[in-house]
Amino acid sequence: MPHVKCLQCRECKSEYPVEPLNVCEFCFGPLEVSYDYHSVAKSVSRKSIESGPNTMWRYHDFLPVEKDSAVDISTGFTPLIHAKNLGRQLGLDHLYIKNDSVNPTFSFKDRPVSVTTTKALEFEFEVLACVSTGNLMGSVAAHGAKAGMETIVFYPADLEQGKIQGAAVYGPTMVAVEGTYDQANRFCSELADAHRWAFVNINMRPYYAEGSKTLGYEVAEQLGWKAPDHCVVPGASGELHTKIWKGLEEFEGAGLIDKAKTKMHLAQAEGCAPIVEAFESGNNQVKPVRPKTIAKSLAIGNPAAGPYSLEVLRDTGGTGIFAYENSIIDGIRLLAETEGIFTETAGGVVISSLKRLVKQGKIKKDEVTVAFVTGNGLKTLETMGDFVAPIETKPDLDTFQTKLSSRKD
Amino acid sequence: MVTKRVKFTFPQELIKEPVIYKLGVDFGIVTNIRRADIRDDMGWVVLELEGESDVVDEGLEWVISTGVRVDPIAGDIIEG
Repeated sequence: MPHVKCLQCRECKSEYPVEPLNVCEFCFGPLEVSYDYHSVAKSVSRKSIESGPNTMWRYHDFLPVEKDSAVDISTGFTPLIHAKNLGRQLGLDHLYIKNDSVNPTFSFKDRPVSVTTTKALEFEFEVLACVSTGNLMGSVAAHGAKAGMETIVFYPADLEQGKIQGAAVYGPTMVAVEGTYDQANRFCSELADAHRWAFVNINMRPYYAEGSKTLGYEVAEQLGWKAPDHCVVPGASGELHTKIWKGLEEFEGAGLIDKAKTKMHLAQAEGCAPIVEAFESGNNQVKPVRPKTIAKSLAIGNPAAGPYSLEVLRDTGGTGIFAYENSIIDGIRLLAETEGIFTETAGGVVISSLKRLVKQGKIKKDEVTVAFVTGNGLKTLETMGDFVAPIETKPDLDTFQTKLSSRKD
Repeated sequence: MVTKRVKFTFPQELIKEPVIYKLGVDFGIVTNIRRADIRDDMGWVVLELEGESDVVDEGLEWVISTGVRVDPIAGDIIEG
């Protein structure tokens, strides 16, 4: 970990040693990992990165962990696809899809969790824990299994069975928490204080958040070592949005790419868009909301990184935009039907929001645009509804041909 | 005795209510504000509460009953 300087408060800038801490003791602001970028710049080059593994760990010098200790289940270096068909429909010549739904547990969460699990072992934690309603729990359970750690996954008691099984298969202790969402939220926050566990998105949050930067690095490298003109990023806590930008800025600082002039757009669902609402009203405070959206993986009503995401929107000239609830499934189907990529509801939010951005003239035809698809569609099959209308036929050629012709008419 | 770190978010109609004062006077809870931002249309306060465990819980239930939102200081930690 030669390049990490300390943890630093995002608010008052107080500095702390590299320990499992997430909150400033002085102002209770969130902590973030601070690096010696001069040292990073001296040790990395395009060549050194290109000779690394085909995973997110090729960017090891930018991550807050020791060398050669990574808990890696082959996460990252996911495809960046030139989406010509979708681009044609939307009127974009250079539209790319960053398909992070092909990670080992089928979402981008493998990136932050890989970093966190590695760091948890360095801190000699024996227990890895999280509280989640979906993607995060599967990733934590998988990484806990790989690391040989005891793993505990908390989830709201009314969670869908499919999501529970998707995590349980890796063998963690599963804990169903009764009560309201708010009660579960407060309970788990207190649990993190009461046990010496590596709670990935609580006491390990500064390290957890760093993993998402690798999406920014990958996009820049895959575009031929340059930052795109636009990124369209799904927004839940707002952390992914800030960290992709941090990744681009770090690459620029290390001299790996020219100045990043990327407009960092944030896409939320209409039924849970607290950051977008603050952006639209010109506020720098994010007013918490009660989520009411089919995009469950984005249903964070009180986003921890909301104010920082707003800063990124304003600093980069990005737009906070929401997808109408009734357009989310359309977005999923549009991506599937044009590019052969089946994404979950968060991806539907991104594609529908992208459409709105183009319509509003925020993205021009010849600009390089990257839309981030962060989870696999098989995770939210229940939201797709009954949209299949098959041709029903007897096993008879004539009947089939007649029915096929009438369908085409 | 316990200490709890929480964030209160005040809707516009409650900004002028002395909620934190009442936590001290009516419940005997020691309050220590660390960060705050109060605007015309909303406000939030990040603070530490110290008192007997059941009294702090009772105080927080009362705060919630007034319409003030109470969250852990790290925001929503349940992720998708």
